[in-house]
Amino acid sequence: MSRLLQWLFRRLPIGWLQLTHSRPRFAAALAGVAFANVLVFVQLGIMNSMATATMKPYGFFRADIMISASDANSMTEGGNVARQWLFQALADPDVIAGAGIFVANVNWARPEKTLGLTTYGIDPTLPDFLSPDMAAKTTTLQLQNAGILDRFSRGLPRDEAAAIRPQTPLSFEVSGKTLTLYDTFAGGGGFGGDGFMMVSDQTFLTLFPARRSAAPDHILLKLAPGANAGQVAARLRDLISDKTLRTRSYAQAAADDLSYQQTKRPTGIIFGFGVIIGILVGIVIVYQVLSTDVADHLGEYATFKAMGYPQRFFIGIVLEEALILAILGFVPGFAVASALLAGMAKATTLPLAMTSGMAVMVFFGTLAACSLSGAIATRRLASADPADLF
Amino acid sequence: MTGAPPIIVTGLNHWFGTGEARKQAIFDVNLTVMRGTLTVLMGPSGSGKTTVLTLMGCLRDVQDGSVHLLGHELHGAGRELNEALRRRLGFIFQAHNLHGSLTALQNVLMGVLVHGSIDPGTQAAAARHALTLVGLADRMNYLPANLSGGQKQRVAVARALVGNPDVVFADEPTAALDHESGATVVQMLKRLGQVRGTTTVMVTHDNRILELADRIVTLEDGRIVNDTGV
Repeated sequence: MSRLLQWLFRRLPIGWLQLTHSRPRFAAALAGVAFANVLVFVQLGIMNSMATATMKPYGFFRADIMISASDANSMTEGGNVARQWLFQALADPDVIAGAGIFVANVNWARPEKTLGLTTYGIDPTLPDFLSPDMAAKTTTLQLQNAGILDRFSRGLPRDEAAAIRPQTPLSFEVSGKTLTLYDTFAGGGGFGGDGFMMVSDQTFLTLFPARRSAAPDHILLKLAPGANAGQVAARLRDLISDKTLRTRSYAQAAADDLSYQQTKRPTGIIFGFGVIIGILVGIVIVYQVLSTDVADHLGEYATFKAMGYPQRFFIGIVLEEALILAILGFVPGFAVASALLAGMAKATTLPLAMTSGMAVMVFFGTLAACSLSGAIATRRLASADPADLF
Repeated sequence: MTGAPPIIVTGLNHWFGTGEARKQAIFDVNLTVMRGTLTVLMGPSGSGKTTVLTLMGCLRDVQDGSVHLLGHELHGAGRELNEALRRRLGFIFQAHNLHGSLTALQNVLMGVLVHGSIDPGTQAAAARHALTLVGLADRMNYLPANLSGGQKQRVAVARALVGNPDVVFADEPTAALDHESGATVVQMLKRLGQVRGTTTVMVTHDNRILELADRIVTLEDGRIVNDTGV
């Protein structure tokens, strides 16, 4: 390592030699950087999983425009939208089809745990509004009180989920009615529920008799090929007389939802703060390590100053130490965080995972944070006065 | 030795502290040191000899008067000139000030690497040679913590001399050495003066060295009170 660094820096790797002079202290410094990395990784992992979970239901459907109530900040929140606006929207020449979707939570009381299933109701005769995986299973949804279940629902044994097939359906009671699951799809537990379920709009209205078919939660629209969703949405906002409605492109609705979850919801803000705190902890740890190291070697630096070494030489040593701490601290931090995220994902079924994007971002962030700490620590170099040596 | 004197000190005054606590430590010191000579600064503690040494070695800013070092005026000199001049000097400190994380060889190498332009093979060879000259050929890869006080001081001497300095400033360089080692170091400095023209200015209380000195300058209360050529 020493020779590699000597070759890289074209000088004695004094930073490396200083850091490794006391192995326990070096190990403690690396543990500190690794700890900060783990903090940031876990918080980023949770933030990413929230983003993934937020976007997940948008992947169940295929649409170009979504009309929602004014308070519908997410797919599962907000009031209803009158179906009449769907018909009004169809008056636009670029709108070729529309569908209402219903959303509510269904509790499946199981002996070991009650599963909270975010349940979507949609007209099964309109498979174009569903993802290809879902669209292939709409036949079963046309049966009364039938549903297809998220096979990755939290708390649902995998073998039990795997056994749900049209030929071996599974029934359970909801609000005094028997609901039969004929098939499964890939979803995954989110922050708002344990999993998802898809039913027909008619089944949905059976399960929730208080809801009316004329008032779905959202309206989805399909546009003619080549139509610009943004322009059509703008036209629809003029066309629809209820100006409180949110008429956006489907992609914009998903982006707004994500932004809302990350910046307005307490969970998103907390996770965001977690990332910032992790970065600050890292900066403080590295600053402490480097600052102490500079203080410990002031006499030696003063000697080098007396010998004629310029200021940039000392800054180079401190930054060399910062980079070594950043790189070597990142490795265990990455390994521990990967294991933690995998463990948390298994325990929660949240889409928690180490991604290459996160790894690259945290690696360069660590380099930047350590360099910043190093730059601050170099201020102490001014205390190295060669005249004090005599 | 001939040539322009490497050190010319004229009307040097120096103060420490500020405001009411400001106290003059050096009073009108005038001194010309010839090339290749071994000059000893003597005097009781607090007499100002170390202050004069640091002012001549451009480790301290000249406040009043003139110090001409190796053809450059130090009064008002900038950082870059000071750094460039320091690279032409060798310092031997009473406390050896070796870098604890570097081996003896690496410590000595630092004395060559500061010049930058010499090729790495030559640098290492020069460092090994310097350590061999001070009798530490078998301790090159030892860390300072594993060397005795005398061995550390000899490493510091090798580090100061390895870059072929024009002037060596030494502060009690033999304090940690036994009689034989001390004499060897001073004889080495003396020989460098004769062979290479290296000028040495040394602060010492060691009377054993006086017989090797070309000149003995005695300071008291910040003034030169005696200046004797031996």
